[in-house]
Amino acid sequence: MTSLERHNLRLGLLFVSPWILGFLVFTLYPVAASIFFSFCDYDVLSAPVWVGGMNYRDMLTDQVFWKSLYNTLFFSVLALPLGLILALLLAILLNQPVRCRGAFRAIFFLPSLVPMVAGAMVWLWILNGKLGLLNQFLATLGMQHPPQWLSDPIWTKPSLVLMGLWGVGNTVVIYLASLQDVPQSLYEAAEIDGASAWTRLRHVTLPMISPVIYFNLIMGIIGTLQTFASAYVMFNGGGPNRSALFYAVYLYQNAFEFRQMGYACAMAWLLFLLILGLTWLATRLTQKHVFYST
Amino acid sequence: MKTSAATKFTAYVLLLVGAVFFVLPLLWMFSTALKPVEQTMSLPPQWLPRAYEIERDGRRVEVRRSDTQILTPSLLARAENGAAFAVPVCEVTMARASNASPRAERPGRLDSLSPPISSEPSEAAFGRWRPSGSSGPGTAVTVLQAIPAAADKPWVLVYEGKGGTAFAVPVSGIHARIAPRWENFGGAIRAMRYFPRYLANTLLLCILNVIGAVTSSALAAYGFSRIDWRWRDRVFLVAMATMMIPFPVVMVPLYSLFRALGWIGTLKPLWVGSFCAGAFNVFLLRQFFRTIPQDLSEAARIDGCSEFRILWQIILPLCRPALVVVGLFTFLGTWNDFLGPLLYLTDQKDFTLALGLQCYQSQSGGTEWHYLMAASTLVIMPVIVLFLLAQRSFIEGISMTGLKG
Repeated sequence: MTSLERHNLRLGLLFVSPWILGFLVFTLYPVAASIFFSFCDYDVLSAPVWVGGMNYRDMLTDQVFWKSLYNTLFFSVLALPLGLILALLLAILLNQPVRCRGAFRAIFFLPSLVPMVAGAMVWLWILNGKLGLLNQFLATLGMQHPPQWLSDPIWTKPSLVLMGLWGVGNTVVIYLASLQDVPQSLYEAAEIDGASAWTRLRHVTLPMISPVIYFNLIMGIIGTLQTFASAYVMFNGGGPNRSALFYAVYLYQNAFEFRQMGYACAMAWLLFLLILGLTWLATRLTQKHVFYST
Repeated sequence: MKTSAATKFTAYVLLLVGAVFFVLPLLWMFSTALKPVEQTMSLPPQWLPRAYEIERDGRRVEVRRSDTQILTPSLLARAENGAAFAVPVCEVTMARASNASPRAERPGRLDSLSPPISSEPSEAAFGRWRPSGSSGPGTAVTVLQAIPAAADKPWVLVYEGKGGTAFAVPVSGIHARIAPRWENFGGAIRAMRYFPRYLANTLLLCILNVIGAVTSSALAAYGFSRIDWRWRDRVFLVAMATMMIPFPVVMVPLYSLFRALGWIGTLKPLWVGSFCAGAFNVFLLRQFFRTIPQDLSEAARIDGCSEFRILWQIILPLCRPALVVVGLFTFLGTWNDFLGPLLYLTDQKDFTLALGLQCYQSQSGGTEWHYLMAASTLVIMPVIVLFLLAQRSFIEGISMTGLKG
C-alpha cells in the first residue's frame, strides 16, 4: 500500500465513519443479538436463558401465530396486485395528454404522505358501520345490509386493503416517472406498423417499464408483509376474531405486551426468511419478463 | 400520438372518479372537524357544517339538535312541576278551565277542542295525561300548545336552557345557515390535554433528525463516492444489503440496548440514530455526488483545498435538490413515525403527535368524532402545506427512488 493509498483509506474511513458507527451499533450488534435472543427465553428484565430451538418449535403449535401469518399473507395477496395495478392504471392515465395533470398527480400523491395514524382515524370514521360515509353511500345505492367493515371478521382485511389503496400515490409517481422516460420514437414506430393502443401498451410500454414494475413488486412484498401501524391503530389487539391480527402486530404484542422477547426475535427471523424467499421467488418468476434497455 | 375524442373522454372520466376516491376522505375529515358533534351523526351524511336558528322575540336564537325533538301530532303540555313535554293527543283527557266543575272529561282530540288551542302558547286548557296502558287518574297538565304536525310538515320541540321551558316551532320556521365551528380545533387541543407538548416533541425530533440525517449522510456519501479508497465499493455493498433487514429483526435488541443505556422514556432513541447515516439516504446522495465531474475536485485539491472544504463549498451547493429531498423525507418520516414512539415513549406526557392522536382515539372510544377529525386535521395540515410548498422536490425525490433502485 503506497502512502497515497493509506492516506486515502484513512480519509475515506473518516468520512464514512458515521455510517460505520451506525452499522456496528444499530445493525450488526442488534442482528447478532437477535439471532442469540431467538434461542433464548428473554423478557428484557432479566438475563436471557438459552432454550435452544424452543421458540421455533413453539411457533409450530401456536394457533395465533398461524392465524397472524395467514392474515398477513391473505392481506398481501389482495393488497399487492391491486395496488400495483391501480397505480399503473392511474399512471398510464396521467401520462395521457390531459389537462391539469399536475393537479391530478398532486391529488393522487397527497394521501400517501398522510401520517398513518391520522389516515387510520379518517378511515375508521368513513368505514363506521352505521354512521360511516361509505355505508351511507351503499345504502343510497339500495344495499339493505352494507358490510360491517370494522366489526365483521370477513371485512376487516378488505377494509385495510381499501385504506392501503388510498395511499398508493407513491407508486403512481414512480410509474409516471418511468413512463415519461419511454422514448416517443418507439411509440411512433409501433404506430407506423399499425399497432393498436393495446398492442402498444402490451409490447412497448410494459416491457420498457418492467424494471420499475419489478422494483415496485419487491418493495411491495417487503412493505405489505411488515404492515403494522394501520392494522394496529384500526384494530387494536387484532380486531374481531383476530381477523386483523397481522404478523408484525402479533410480533409486537409478543415482545412488548407478553414480554416474550425471545419468541418475538424468532418470529422476526422467520419474517426475514419469508421476505427473502418471496423476493427470490418473485425475481425468479419475473426474470424473463424484466427488460433492461441499458 | 393521436388520441381520439372517445379515449380522451374515458381518460378524464376515470381520472375524475379516481380523484374523487383519493380526495373525498380528506374532505370528509375536514368537514367533520368543523361540525357540532350531533351533526357528525346525521343521516344522511351532511357535507357542510350548519347552524340552526329560530326567530324568538324578534331575535335569532341558535338551537342545537340535542335540545330538540321532532314531534308527531301532539300537545305541548306542562306538568305540575313546571317541566314541559310533548304528549300524544290520544293520551290526554281534556278538561275545560272555565267550567271546572263538573269536569266534563272526554278524550282529547285536536279538532274537537273548544276553544281551539292556537299555536301560540296559551294556558287555556287543562287536562290529565295518562300514558296509554296505564290506569289511575294520571298527571294533571296544562296544555300550552297544540301541535298540528303532519308527516310532511313536522314540528320541532325546542327546549330552551335546562329549566324545562319549551316551545314548538314548525320545521319551516327553522333557518339553517352554513357555519363552520372553528372552535372545534381549540376543543380538540384541550381534549388531547398535552397537545402543545406533543407538538414540541415532534418538532424537536423532526429538527434533530433532519440535521442528523443530512449532515451524516452527506459525509458518508462523500466518502463512498468522491474518495477512492480500498474496499470502498465492497463496503458500500454491505451498506446496501443492510436495507434488506426488516425492522422487527433489530427491534428487540435495540430496545434492550436503549434500556441498558437508560434511554427508554426519553426522546434519545428517536433521534440519536439519525446521526449515523442511514443507508437509503447515503445511497440517494451518492447517486448525485457521482454525477459531478472529478476534475472539479482535482482542481480544488491542487489548490490545496481540504476534502471537507471540497464537500462544503463545491459538492453540497451543486447537490442542493438532493439534500432537500433527504431533508424532506426525513422530516416526513419523523412526523409520521408511529412504531418508534410507541416502543420508546412510556409517559403520556412525552408522546409525539402521532402517538398522542392514537392514544386520544383509544381513550375517547370513537365517540367524539368532530374532535378526533379536528385533531387529525391538525396532524395532517403541516404535511399538506409542506407538500404544496415543495411539490417538485417530493415528486423528484420519489421518482429518483424508483429509477435508480
